[in-house]
Amino acid sequence: MADLETPRATADPFAPLQRDPSGAERIQRRSRTAWQDVRYRLTTNKLAMTGFWLLILLVLMAFFAPLVWPFDHYTNDLQLNNQPPDSTHWFGTDDLGRDLFARTWKGAQISLFVGVAAALIDLVIGIVYGGIMGYYGGKVDEVMNRFAEILYSIPYLLVVILLLVFMEPSLTTIIVAMSITGWINMAWIVRGQMMQLKNQEFALASKALGASSMRIIFRHLVPNAMGPILVTLTLSVPSAIFTEAFLSFLGLGVQSPVASWGTMINDGVQSMSIYPWRLFFPALFLSLTIFAFNVFGDGLRDAFDPKLKK
Amino acid sequence: MRTMLEVNDLSVSFDVYGGEVQAVRGVSFSVKEGEAVAIVGESGSGKSVTAQTIMRLISTPPGRIKQGSVRFDGQELLSLPEKEMQRVRGNQIGMIFQDPMTSLNPTMTIGMQIMEGLMKHQKMSRSDAKKRAIELLTMVGIPNPESRISQYPHHFSGGMRQRAMIAIALSCNPALLIADEPTTALDVTIQAQILRLMKNLQKQTGTSIILITHDLGIVADMCDRVIVMYAGQIIETGTKREIFRNPQHPYTKGLLKSLPRLDQSKNEPLVPIHGTPPDLIQPPQGCGFCSRCDYAMRICQTEVPEFTRLSDTQQVRCWLQQSQGGIRGGKGASA
Amino acid sequence: MSEAFVEIQGLRKYFNVGKNRVLKAVNDISFTIAKGETLGLVGESGCGKSTAGRTITRLYEPTSGRVSLSGVDVTKLSKSQLKAYRRRMQMIFQDPYASLNPRMTILDIIGEALDIHGLAPSRAHRKRRVEELLELVGLNAEHASRYPHEFSGGQRQRIGITRALAVEPEFIVCDEPISALDVSIQAQIINLLIDLQKRMGFTYLFIAHDLSMVKYMSDRVAVMYLGKIVELARSEDLYDRPHHPYTKALLSAIPVPDPDLEERKERIVLSGDLPSPVNPPSGCPFRTRCPIATGRCAEEEPAFREVRPGQWASCHYA
Repeated sequence: MADLETPRATADPFAPLQRDPSGAERIQRRSRTAWQDVRYRLTTNKLAMTGFWLLILLVLMAFFAPLVWPFDHYTNDLQLNNQPPDSTHWFGTDDLGRDLFARTWKGAQISLFVGVAAALIDLVIGIVYGGIMGYYGGKVDEVMNRFAEILYSIPYLLVVILLLVFMEPSLTTIIVAMSITGWINMAWIVRGQMMQLKNQEFALASKALGASSMRIIFRHLVPNAMGPILVTLTLSVPSAIFTEAFLSFLGLGVQSPVASWGTMINDGVQSMSIYPWRLFFPALFLSLTIFAFNVFGDGLRDAFDPKLKK
Repeated sequence: MRTMLEVNDLSVSFDVYGGEVQAVRGVSFSVKEGEAVAIVGESGSGKSVTAQTIMRLISTPPGRIKQGSVRFDGQELLSLPEKEMQRVRGNQIGMIFQDPMTSLNPTMTIGMQIMEGLMKHQKMSRSDAKKRAIELLTMVGIPNPESRISQYPHHFSGGMRQRAMIAIALSCNPALLIADEPTTALDVTIQAQILRLMKNLQKQTGTSIILITHDLGIVADMCDRVIVMYAGQIIETGTKREIFRNPQHPYTKGLLKSLPRLDQSKNEPLVPIHGTPPDLIQPPQGCGFCSRCDYAMRICQTEVPEFTRLSDTQQVRCWLQQSQGGIRGGKGASA
Repeated sequence: MSEAFVEIQGLRKYFNVGKNRVLKAVNDISFTIAKGETLGLVGESGCGKSTAGRTITRLYEPTSGRVSLSGVDVTKLSKSQLKAYRRRMQMIFQDPYASLNPRMTILDIIGEALDIHGLAPSRAHRKRRVEELLELVGLNAEHASRYPHEFSGGQRQRIGITRALAVEPEFIVCDEPISALDVSIQAQIINLLIDLQKRMGFTYLFIAHDLSMVKYMSDRVAVMYLGKIVELARSEDLYDRPHHPYTKALLSAIPVPDPDLEERKERIVLSGDLPSPVNPPSGCPFRTRCPIATGRCAEEEPAFREVRPGQWASCHYA
């Protein structure tokens, strides 16, 4: 049969075509999700990828450098205080003779932890609060939004100082202080997204099927707002790191001998003109981290919304 | 009669992630002076891209004009410098778009938008341009043009905006008017107003019109000649009567059959065209309609048919219409 | 008409548009639909037909009026009672590009309907049921794992229909289901809707602005203008003998794909635009554009009365 089929086909190009009836519904293009699209645009953005790999490198160093480095971050050696950088102490030592290389990466751990933790708390509160505010609208929105506005208008330092009346200066205190007002921005972003998305037909379709409000918010609307949410998240990490550095600089943050970039910069500033390396290294890595998060966040924003750029 | 526009072997592609979308694949047609030609096709057939290419409105990249020529009144448009193209646009060729809201500038008064072209292209003085703008608004049937002229687009309703668009497009007495789905965004009663207006204006001014639409009803009402596009190619062309009374391409036939007649009852099912149009990122090797055609033959899968001339005015691109001897015959005549 | 399965009575939906201004999108409409019947609802954009559809399915809370489904007033149901009723009335949406969640696979989009009402005891059962449903509309199991953006408009609309079918409804509101689709695809969807109706006995409220499709699809047709129903009749009667001047104008405005008919046709071209529903005209809402309006039309709102057996119109001169 098969042998007969081929020659006849070449002989008679006008023979009717035998077709598989399901062929008309076949999808030709390769399956590609919206996330794959975003990944493509992000990976082709050189600056954003520089930021990304820089972040990976900083995180790896923060975790692995202290493990393999011969010195730890807290042992004093008063004979070796204020040593400039050399082959043993790459970044030099501080006034108590503690190794600055070890302290810089220990500080990186703290700073990154604070940044990420604060951003994640903002994320959770922001999504829930903003989601409910934006989806329900009307009176609910008015009351919740007014509350957020009032909270937002309280000077930030005042909140921190009031908080220190009840709590000891520590990492937890800093994170709590940042979270009290930090989530508001995220909530507003989510609220705006919800208001745009809630009247889309896919949300109405789900409502027509009998889905609960919570299901519509968290299964349908939030995943579709993930782009702006992720961008806000990435950009809020450096601001949290910076705030931690600032609070530690004022002496409200982590306490010695634990280091963060903020406390190290604080120490370094006091002897800036004599021992510049004590300021230089933590300041350099703080700037690098903030730079990396910012360019990566910008790249992410362009990847989610290519129209913004062109 | 003079030929106003001649499009020859035009191909336009868009470079996207994943490849090249071949939106227009070798389109040739011409428009004579005073003629109203409809380009009919569904979304993705290449009809709008063709129109935008004539006006050089395709952004490059991602768009790319691969080959072909567009001659307007004997002048090649595709190689014209942008400065001179601006003189052609609005002055010699007017264009009306689908969405009158986005094609009008929201921060400029309607009057100013009409006067702009007049002052730029016709070197009119401000007061003459204003007089002419009022005339134009009266002509397109906008009441109280003297006061309307200083209003902004958001003061106008959808139908009014489309009228204003038409006034802008016609302000410099263009020899050719390209209307890209001019009534798709409007309601039927407003659509009837706009179509009547366009018809009357054509009678008065003798402008050639290219009307791009998916609505066969509008074609029957408005045009002399019809060009049917599918998957980036012209598949059939003819006079209005030939296309509606004696369609020869299975796609044209199918399109006409898939619409309910007003006297058709629910017990007579509609005859749909099965399947979906091909993805032009991988255009079919043979006839574009092959995968949906009930009469497809082996050859349809592998080779694109040339045009078969059925009358002085009707041509069709289909293997069913070609005698076997003509398979590798010379290039068919263009539309 | 045989007994009413769906009964709409005095339905109103007002929206506050700030500063004590009220938009009367749906302003006192009443009609009934018998079991297995298709009622067409036509009108131009802004006439309130889509709002009517969404209020009937209680996506919007009605301002006043009754919507009953086999005798039970849906507008009075509590949240939990309503959920059970949602299984009986479903909706098909206009824009197949906006009506499917772009972040979910087809399996999850259709599966959600089963999840909400607990219709799938296990994951395997859920998957099998979704595949069965897809085959019902001419798609296949292979499509279940894909995302909406991979489908064409017509395929997406069939997925939207599948989602509505998943809960085995009796009454389906079709909100302009074909107006976003290409001509060659529209007939596929219309045939599918009619075929499903024949097999499962659905009752349809078919909302559209394309009068020729509505005529073909519907047993009876209601014409809406500015939030009100101005004419309601069996579809042949409405097309052969329209009584309301708006219906007449609407019918004559549709371009017919036939050059000879087009040439012969006397077209009534209405002057002017649709008035704002925030500030509708006094008396008859259509009088500002009506070719036969008189002083009486401005003063007195015409009653919706039976002008011929089975044909209702609200015009003093019908």
